[in-house]
Amino acid sequence: MSLLEITGLSLAIDGTPILQDVSLSINAGQIVAVTGESGSGKSMTALGVMGLLPDRTTTSGKVLLDGKDLLSLSEADMCRLRGNAIGMVFQEPMTALNPVQTIGDQVAETILIHGAMGRKDAYARAAEMLTRVGLPPDRFPLSRYPHELSGGQRQRVVIAMAIALRPRLLIADEPTTALDVTTQAQILELLRDLARDFDMGLLMITHDLAVVADMADHIVVMRLGEVVEQGPTMALLTNMQHEYTKMLFAASSHEVDLPYKSSTDVLLSVTDVRRSYVLPRTRLFGATGRFEALKGVSFDIKRGERVGLVGESGCGKSTLTRAILGLDAVQSGSITLSSAPVFAGNAPNLAVRRKMQVVFQDPFGSFNPRHKVERLITEPFHLLDVPPTGAMRQALIDETLLAVGLEPSDAQKYIHQFSGGQRQRIAIARALIIQPELIVFDEAVSALDVSVRAQILDLLAELSNKYGLTYLFISHDLSVVRTITDRVLVMQSGEIVEQGRTPEVFARPRHPYTQQLLKAAPVLPDLSHLHMMTDQKDLST
Amino acid sequence: MNRNLIIGGTLSLIAVMAALVSFVWTPFDHASMNIPEKLQTPNLVNWFGTDHFGRDMFSMIMVGARTSIAVAFVAVGIGMGLGIPLGLWAAARKGAWIDELIMRANDLIFAFPSLVIAILITAIFGAGAVNAIIAIGIFNIPVFARVVRGAAMPLWEREFILAARVAGKNAARISVEHILPNVMNLLIVQATIQFSLGILAEAALSYVGLGAQPPTPSWGRMLADAQTLVSIAPHMALIPGFAIIITVLGLNLMGDGLRDHLNPRLRVART
Amino acid sequence: MLRYTLKRLLSLMISLAVASVLIFFVIEVAPGDPASFMLGINAQPDTVAALRAELGLDVSKWQRYVAWVQGMLVGDFGTSYTYRTPVAQMVSDRLWVSLPLTLYALALSTFIAFPAGMYAAARRGRAGDVTVMGATQLGVAIPNFWFAMMLVLVFAINLRWFSAGGFAGWDKGLGAGVWSLTLPAIALALPQAAILARVMRSALLDVLNEDYMRTARAKGLTRAQTIWRHGLRNALIPVLTIIGLQFSFLLAGSIIIEQVFYLPGLGRLVFQAISARDLIVVESVVMLLVFAVIVVNFAVDLAYAAVDPRLRART
Repeated sequence: MSLLEITGLSLAIDGTPILQDVSLSINAGQIVAVTGESGSGKSMTALGVMGLLPDRTTTSGKVLLDGKDLLSLSEADMCRLRGNAIGMVFQEPMTALNPVQTIGDQVAETILIHGAMGRKDAYARAAEMLTRVGLPPDRFPLSRYPHELSGGQRQRVVIAMAIALRPRLLIADEPTTALDVTTQAQILELLRDLARDFDMGLLMITHDLAVVADMADHIVVMRLGEVVEQGPTMALLTNMQHEYTKMLFAASSHEVDLPYKSSTDVLLSVTDVRRSYVLPRTRLFGATGRFEALKGVSFDIKRGERVGLVGESGCGKSTLTRAILGLDAVQSGSITLSSAPVFAGNAPNLAVRRKMQVVFQDPFGSFNPRHKVERLITEPFHLLDVPPTGAMRQALIDETLLAVGLEPSDAQKYIHQFSGGQRQRIAIARALIIQPELIVFDEAVSALDVSVRAQILDLLAELSNKYGLTYLFISHDLSVVRTITDRVLVMQSGEIVEQGRTPEVFARPRHPYTQQLLKAAPVLPDLSHLHMMTDQKDLST
Repeated sequence: MNRNLIIGGTLSLIAVMAALVSFVWTPFDHASMNIPEKLQTPNLVNWFGTDHFGRDMFSMIMVGARTSIAVAFVAVGIGMGLGIPLGLWAAARKGAWIDELIMRANDLIFAFPSLVIAILITAIFGAGAVNAIIAIGIFNIPVFARVVRGAAMPLWEREFILAARVAGKNAARISVEHILPNVMNLLIVQATIQFSLGILAEAALSYVGLGAQPPTPSWGRMLADAQTLVSIAPHMALIPGFAIIITVLGLNLMGDGLRDHLNPRLRVART
Repeated sequence: MLRYTLKRLLSLMISLAVASVLIFFVIEVAPGDPASFMLGINAQPDTVAALRAELGLDVSKWQRYVAWVQGMLVGDFGTSYTYRTPVAQMVSDRLWVSLPLTLYALALSTFIAFPAGMYAAARRGRAGDVTVMGATQLGVAIPNFWFAMMLVLVFAINLRWFSAGGFAGWDKGLGAGVWSLTLPAIALALPQAAILARVMRSALLDVLNEDYMRTARAKGLTRAQTIWRHGLRNALIPVLTIIGLQFSFLLAGSIIIEQVFYLPGLGRLVFQAISARDLIVVESVVMLLVFAVIVVNFAVDLAYAAVDPRLRART
């Protein structure tokens, strides 16, 4: 009998159907990954198993844990099971811990609340569990508060809390989405080891297909509240039946058509740029520390070149971006665009600024919700000495909207009438409208679902080929940078540690950090290669 | 439209109408004494009864509404007029000395409750409605400055503001064009709350004799007059009290209603 | 933590210094010379000059400011122009009424508001919540001095449980003193309790949406346990701010409430002093009120740090 057996689970919130007839099962020691894009209902499935659905939810079907139907249990009985028989790890480690309680108290609480053992033993077990997840008490005392830990360390605490009582089933809802690649690799390895060591069933919810292919024994693909396809990992990868599954995997490893262009004319020149921030004193009369965000960064971007910038959080990417855009001044070094400084004296140089535009990550936060699209995309006109008016202005708006795949009539709509992908198109339109010489894409596709991301990447390649764009593409996602750039810069702790032609850096990384990054990044297996392997196996048997 | 907004709006409207109508009509002259008719309980002639000088309470309440609303209105105007620019400025220069200065000055004003300011002003210039306005108005400045700064600071981190900066707009222009419209809802709600607090403060100041002086009628002074007579003429205390409660309750309900009415739309716009 | 405390202490000193300068010079602007006022319009110029010397008014403003501050630091607030008695004595007598009244009201307000706010949050949207919120809506709208009059009417005049006014004095025993402050304290506390209950409720409801509350539920805590063990302490952070602000409102409110109950507190003193143009008394009382508010805000800052470890670490 399976450890967890979900059969025909349907649920609705206030009458709106969220899940329809979901069935899946997990055995002890097995890793099952549920994947799909936003709105697929994958997280709701997890919360349904935990019995932590919002109020006003109606359910039908069965969720059997060791043969017992969780949906028919009383709230009190569910409380006895949660944390005890089923543990759960959440997406956002920065907010998943109570900020005013020590990590020791929070881990021990799982044990104490179930009355599993006495206080002293509970704290001993908490220390043991924290050690198991990689936070030994000699380096991470139980008296630490969450804010004293990094994101990856906090996620380890959350895992320790979830496994403190050795549950039979662990549910992990996007456990590494908020983490850097190297941290992600460590956390995934930890989860895999735990499932094996404790003979625990692991239900992984994730949108990242590379993670899915890498980790899972069994894959469940969901769309709009329904399971479209499921099966053992190897079988599913080699023999996808459903169109949606095929599309999803194709979009994940999508490659754009972007022929390499060479150029010698330097457009942006960054020379020995330094920027440091004062850190708060740690001791009463101690000297204030300085955090060096940029330690002498130098690089050039040539006209027509598409350059990627990769690095993990805190490496100085954002500081560098803001400096290039002229939003913040730097302390030393120079940034010039066509030989003119971005910062002239103390004030940003408007003549230079009009040659630069930016596209941000968040398709929801980058527009004033109170303005119409027409006003939003024409904001950069402010930079021009003579902004176009009348028919010319209208023609520009229409042309730009068409160029990014929208309709001229969209100019009269408000931003909330658009989907995430459409908003990113509008953001690109805003960047294009004054025909800048350089566009900065700051994590511009990171918040999008894979299928939408593939479309936006295609759009970028198309615009790039059509208008000969020069851009700096900043991203933590190596697979995206790989396909959309000619050259790549790798940044670590405020320094560019490696740069070169993109295919070369990816194929033969020289710097240890680049090697580490590439090793940690989960990659989709080459499906055609897999096919060959299985075919050979079939032949041999 | 929600229930709070309708009820609150109606109650507030009654107070405002009473004040406005009093300019052209009151049942009696609010100041004319009629000793033989003193301390009448509410009846068909004097709807709200009469006070210890035989003045018609209904007329006094109507004219008193004028004082309350005028004082509170101007005080809110002072608070918004100075507090909003200061708050916008502080948020735009977050962490710089000017931000620090504005916020410390705000903290300092918070140490002087409006009554204390009123005491100081009265000690110097004597009592009067204008002093009440200044006392309440000064105290409103840091309230608005804080609300604006608090709401504006996260906006400055939002990408649409960064986009505006990339478009070359300066801080003042961004504050007016992007920040202010996005904190407007909050300001409208805060203004209703400060308006209702202003009515309460004006009543308290008049009650202790630091507000409007005779012969200007005010609800607070009517209550001061009623104090010694509360056992023999409770209506003298009850009626001005109810006038204050209804107005303040109306404004507060309207504030709550506006918040509920304006907020979801913002949320829809963002998600 | 030490650094944080010292930083707050420094800011407290600066606030006090700026406040004292403000108060002193604002009062100095006041037209009219206290000496001439005390002696009446027919006084001889040399008598006035003598009195000015006696009152210490014949030196420069800055010298008088320095003398005033130096005096206050050692508990000498000067001599009342009208009563010719030390201001410190007058003020401290009155303070023993106003301060206990304020603290009594603060305690009442907190004790009423906490359970009310928690109850409403727990029953969000249900009848209990609607009732409590309706009551607070009304409570916020009631002027405290009017409420005080109604309390007098009902409990002192009709039921005769309390005396209608006056203060028994602490020498009659703690019980008698507290009893005579009870009606004033209730009148002061209820409107503030209404505000605090609303803040408590919304702070708790905000906290309920936090991720760590869901984490706690996933550990097997019941809804009530999550609120009690994780919600409350986090909700306390905004509530503390309001309690700090309320102290200054209550202190100011006590000045007004004293008028209703004929209590011999700071309020009575300051209004008498204003009408007698006894500016040194006004100055001292205002300074004392401001001092109390600033010190309480300092205490609130320390309380923040006790509740929130992030604050202890940051500075």
